[in-house]
Amino acid sequence: MTTTKKTRLVVIGNGMAGMRTLEELFKLAPDLYDITVFGAEPHGNYNRILLSPVLAGEMTIKDIMLNDVDWYAQNGITLHLNKAVTRIDRVRRKVIADDGTEADYDRLLLATGSNPVMLPVPGKDLPGVVSYRDIKDTDEMIEAASRYRHAVVIGGGLLGLEAANGLKLRGMDVTVVHLMPWLMERQLDRTAAGLLQQSLEAKGLKFLLEKQTAELIAGESGRICAIRFKDGETLPADLVVMAVGIRPDTGLAEAAGLHCDRGVVVNDTMQTYDPRIYAVGECVSHRGITYGLVAPLFEQAKVCANHLAQFGISRYTGSVTSTKLKVTGIDLFSAGDFTGVEGAEEIVLSDPAGGVYKKLVIKDGKIAGSVLYGDTVDGAWYFQLLRDGQNIRELRDRLLFGQSHLGNAGHQGQNKAASMPDEMEVCGCNGVCKGTIVKAIKEKGLFTLNDVRKHTKASASCGSCTGLVEQILASTLGGAYAPTPAEKPVCGCTEHTHAEVRKSIRQHKLLTIPEVMRFMEWGTPDGCADCRPALNYYLISTWPHEAKDDPRSRHINERVHSNIQKLGDYSVVPRMWGGVTSPEQLRRIADVADKYHIPAMKITGGQRIALAGVKKEDLPKVWADLDMPSGYAYGKSLRSVKTCVGNAFCRFGTQDTLGMGIGLEKAFWGMWAPHKVKLGISGCPRNCSEAAIKDIGVIGVESGWEIYVAGNGGTKTEIAQFFVKVKTQEEVMEYAGAFLELYRQEGYYLERTAQWLQRVGLDYAKCNVVDDAKNRGVLYRQLLGALAARKDPWQERTREGFEKQEFKILEILDEVPS
Amino acid sequence: MSEWVRICPLGEIPRLGSRVVQTGKGDVAVFRNSSDEVFALRDQCPHKGGPLSQGIVFDRKVTCPLHGLTVQLDSGEAVAPDSGCTHRYRARVDKGEVYLNLS
Repeated sequence: MTTTKKTRLVVIGNGMAGMRTLEELFKLAPDLYDITVFGAEPHGNYNRILLSPVLAGEMTIKDIMLNDVDWYAQNGITLHLNKAVTRIDRVRRKVIADDGTEADYDRLLLATGSNPVMLPVPGKDLPGVVSYRDIKDTDEMIEAASRYRHAVVIGGGLLGLEAANGLKLRGMDVTVVHLMPWLMERQLDRTAAGLLQQSLEAKGLKFLLEKQTAELIAGESGRICAIRFKDGETLPADLVVMAVGIRPDTGLAEAAGLHCDRGVVVNDTMQTYDPRIYAVGECVSHRGITYGLVAPLFEQAKVCANHLAQFGISRYTGSVTSTKLKVTGIDLFSAGDFTGVEGAEEIVLSDPAGGVYKKLVIKDGKIAGSVLYGDTVDGAWYFQLLRDGQNIRELRDRLLFGQSHLGNAGHQGQNKAASMPDEMEVCGCNGVCKGTIVKAIKEKGLFTLNDVRKHTKASASCGSCTGLVEQILASTLGGAYAPTPAEKPVCGCTEHTHAEVRKSIRQHKLLTIPEVMRFMEWGTPDGCADCRPALNYYLISTWPHEAKDDPRSRHINERVHSNIQKLGDYSVVPRMWGGVTSPEQLRRIADVADKYHIPAMKITGGQRIALAGVKKEDLPKVWADLDMPSGYAYGKSLRSVKTCVGNAFCRFGTQDTLGMGIGLEKAFWGMWAPHKVKLGISGCPRNCSEAAIKDIGVIGVESGWEIYVAGNGGTKTEIAQFFVKVKTQEEVMEYAGAFLELYRQEGYYLERTAQWLQRVGLDYAKCNVVDDAKNRGVLYRQLLGALAARKDPWQERTREGFEKQEFKILEILDEVPS
Repeated sequence: MSEWVRICPLGEIPRLGSRVVQTGKGDVAVFRNSSDEVFALRDQCPHKGGPLSQGIVFDRKVTCPLHGLTVQLDSGEAVAPDSGCTHRYRARVDKGEVYLNLS
């Protein structure tokens, strides 16, 4: 009776947008549809962006195939190559191709792409006049280059210049004709365009600017032989490439009565006006914008797949795009608005002799656009800052010198991926070298940082090489690279960002993880190992007295209050207030180490002692015998407070640092935070406790205490920034506590104080804590309130038997008859 | 001889949690998910041997605490794009007691 027949999905268009949508769909719901694909070209899906390197002879068609014919077969897709769909019958829900092939659909995906614009001049249909769009055009140009001499490219945009460069490399005499006063006027300002033109001229290309084509003239053979301009001048031409723009291919959609406005109009779920029909790629018009670059298409594909998979939790809200010219030996990058934005300022570095030009357009303290020529290493970084809308006021004076000048050097001081040899290690944590990453990007068709993390593990651990991996992505993919925005969803279970989740928990007083997941329509039943710890933290930090901590949503370290080690045993670090110990305490630690055969002891960087290699089932006994509080050396929480001896012993000491450090530690121990928090207290500016690289650094001077915030000595060294100078220990406690509480309430999970402050700006923290005494008091009291009910977790487990099943191994009780 | 052995009452394994059972075949991790299904895997991640019993459990999956590889509880296989497999044992609940089949 019920034959479980699968829903039928038909895809019109076998290009990058359509196939990317299918790939994304297979990740979510591999067996949902019976899929048919129509492609007008006789090839599988190839990377259209890389046609330029093919034309230039740097790659072959085989190199740029993304999905060969086998891929379709492996995924059970019915593939119709070389068949152009000519009609969509929306009433009978079927599509008809030019050879009469028909296919019924339940859902239809339009990915028809765009058509090149051909100038409406006499002679535009002559043999030898081509557009530059597909493999056929490329083949025709390569063919012509082997037989003819004079090529004219009409259009000095990205595509035109890449075509011209390729033809020149194939030995033709190439002239680029452009209507506008400078090249790539939509991506470049006049200065950068001038530099570009010079470099291209040095490669032998010729340019005619502000020239309008009047007519294409046929020779005796009937093939094009010359081009005539409006001003009467003529040029010999055996090949004319029209690269004056593209136009969304909406013919089919319009004929089927779908609403089109320049492109096929879609909503934020990529659905057209017919709810059974979706559209992605260059053929669509979304919020009035059509896109001709690949990064937005991939974002659309992801959203569309999510809806086709019936997840329904994703929206496309538009893209900011960037451009990179793929001409070997020329580095050019542009993104955003870069010409005369109202109220904008410019920061420019211009070294025409050295061939370097960088311009950043700044508006309201944020990057609005950038043009880079000659040195584009930081293009991806500027683009990221642009997309994230990050406030750059504090970076401003160093911004143009690049990210490496901000202390973000990679391993072995490498910060320029392009100059690294293939065998050089990029990710020190997982031992991944550059060549492995490049190979994975090319062979597995990776496009995002997350893809690379998943497939190679590079940048998946400590993250300090993220900048390098992004550079490798950018240089391997060119314009197809889309950096991950900071405002990304918490994880794959939801489309909501950390900010949205925090806001909902506060506004709607959500108190449990299931409540949050229901309210925010989580896409998975129990979340995952990424989102559950984040949600747990947001709940207990927002509602400290009402939300209950969920041990099952804690990483093992925080669940058993010790650090898991590579062999599955644990390290135990008891708290030593301010790094101060006593003979009695040391004897006890030594006795415990003997009694439990603890294989290693280590003095930690936080001035404490670690007992390494403890078996899990021994943990409660070790804690009980130590009879010291937990040092939280495992937690996203207050870790150590590092001190120097201060004026108690030191001849330079100006203040009682031991008292200050112990006071702060006793006040704030047990404080959970988005990430770990470390404090350093020094008694003079010599800074023996390394206060300048701590989340909070307190430095004593004769006249009081200086407080520094948001330093970091870990994966990415950040020098703490001066926050405020105060007189008394009480003031230090209040300012530091208020700052930490602000971070606790507003930071995103796994964001250190340094990253958080980079996101919100030092001024924001100062406004809330330094300038506003009332707010400072409120924050400080909130922190003390949240800490009022804390219990030492080791005591809770040894004396109260909390979570005791954790530390007991089960044995087989009995065998049962079957 | 029966191949099924009794381990503990279901209530002794926390929901979305696990317990370790010592057996003649080494440590076995027994998991309980939010639908009260139970699963058993050799307590070794296919990646670097991490104790899967200590990971965060969700749906029918567990994420290894050492390097974040996710393993399917019902098959023992790593979730793509990672690869690898750990041995899966049969487990069931009968009248509130958890049983394991070590064959």
